[in-house]
Amino acid sequence: MIHARGLTREFKVKKESVQAVRGIDLDVEAGQLVAFLGPNGAGKSTTLRMLTTLLPPTSGTATVAGHDVAREPAAVRARIGYVGQRNSAGEDFLVRDELVTQGRCYGLRTREAAARADELLDLLDLAPLAKRLPGTLSGGQRRRLDIALGLIHRPDLLFLDEPSTGLDPKSRAEIWEHILRLRTTYGTTLFLTTHYLEEADNMAERVVIIDGGRIIADGTAEQLKNDLAGDHIVITTGTAQEAEAAARLGGGTAEGATVRVRVAQATAALPGHLRTLDAAGIKVRTAETVRPTLDDVFLTLTGRSLAHDDVPA
Amino acid sequence: MTTFLHDTATIFNREFRPSLRNPVGLLFDMGQPLLFLFLFGSLLDGAVGSSWQWFVPGILVMMCLTGPMSAGYTLLVELIGGALERLMVTPLNRTAMLVGKTAKAMLTLLVQAVLIIVLALPLGFELHAVGVLAGLVQLVVFGVGLGALSFVLAIKSAPGGTLFYVVSQSVLFPLLLLSGVLLPLETAPAWLRMLGQVNPVTYIVDAQRALFAGDLTAPSVLYGTLAACAVAAIGLLWGNRCLRRGL
Repeated sequence: MIHARGLTREFKVKKESVQAVRGIDLDVEAGQLVAFLGPNGAGKSTTLRMLTTLLPPTSGTATVAGHDVAREPAAVRARIGYVGQRNSAGEDFLVRDELVTQGRCYGLRTREAAARADELLDLLDLAPLAKRLPGTLSGGQRRRLDIALGLIHRPDLLFLDEPSTGLDPKSRAEIWEHILRLRTTYGTTLFLTTHYLEEADNMAERVVIIDGGRIIADGTAEQLKNDLAGDHIVITTGTAQEAEAAARLGGGTAEGATVRVRVAQATAALPGHLRTLDAAGIKVRTAETVRPTLDDVFLTLTGRSLAHDDVPA
Repeated sequence: MTTFLHDTATIFNREFRPSLRNPVGLLFDMGQPLLFLFLFGSLLDGAVGSSWQWFVPGILVMMCLTGPMSAGYTLLVELIGGALERLMVTPLNRTAMLVGKTAKAMLTLLVQAVLIIVLALPLGFELHAVGVLAGLVQLVVFGVGLGALSFVLAIKSAPGGTLFYVVSQSVLFPLLLLSGVLLPLETAPAWLRMLGQVNPVTYIVDAQRALFAGDLTAPSVLYGTLAACAVAAIGLLWGNRCLRRGL
């Protein structure tokens, strides 16, 4: 579905060129759900805008839905859907009218576009809002309308730029329900950006991490976590001396009275680890196993945490 | 070509629909030049002794300048809001997008023109139907070009938008004054007349006056048509380029 090679994009900011994307290679097969994860300013949106023909690449090539984004942008556009970061619907236009317009933009006849608009209003639970102006909708409703607009021509590939950002937890869950249903019902290939770690972790079968305009990790969330962060056992002892003794004996690093040790499978390793310490006379007060998060992966890769987002550009 | 027409119609439909929902706004738009015609026209009639024949085409050119500018404003709003981005990801023809968005302003202009002419007739305005029709075609071509240029301005001033207001406000008025729309340039000092001569709007105004007087073969008609076509060509090419280079 997507094959990108050496994709780069430079911007001129006050006569200085800034490299937003520095050579991205990416292959996405049909039917995949890929989460593109990275901090603000990492190049997520710029990459997405190149793949959707909104922005010509400075160098490199990309074939999307079987066509080259630079040479055959119209063919790419006809085959993909795009849900941008901002509001897709214009403020002056009724919800249903915008859907019909969108259908006509993809070459549907007015009647076909109207039928398809009604179908999508039902699919995304927007039917009661058909005659409303976008400004009167809630954040979650607006987002569903954005998705409906992206689906009007039944694309095989849908790009979503931060689909759930700024929504309350209930609306986020609803949006995800709709996104996942698209996949199970129509087999739509989904490529989305997010900076919510837990979303990428729970929903996507493949996570691509981007930082500073480069892809720095790519795999399933499980793989990334096992390979790049790993499980940890965390114990606390009575004193710092005991903690150091525990670290010498069982590995890991002591910090105050706490010891962190990386192991392959923390839940399986914990009983044995405790027995070893116990046999050496070290009194363990608390013990827990910690599964890594994608943030730990990012931390391992970059030395920064994704959770505290704002990275200087 | 069929896609172009289909796409232009799509965008025109989209832009026009809200006006149908709220026809009061449309009436105000269309009635606006009447105020100019009666208040300013009567004033001028006494002051410079110019006839309605001279004044009516001028009013139309003025309307033709402000309409496309407001089309640029709507584009700016959609550019900042995200709706334009959504339209740009569809296979919609880019030129059709520019033309369709100006088309509403042009339709308004045509209705305004009919209204003004009908009302000016009893005041002594002499109707030369062929000339007026030719004049309106010329204005539509000019207006489409201006619309495209105002879209360029809108795109260049995103995401802030301040540039749009600053430039459109400071360009529109001198452009109008220096074209002889409101007051004749013949009595102006030489340096002002020279500025008028580099102003494309001057040629349009002269051509319109000739056409509305029924003088289809006047040289000014040719110059005006050239100016209108040049503005349209530059506007559409530049607008297309801006859209292609990414928003």
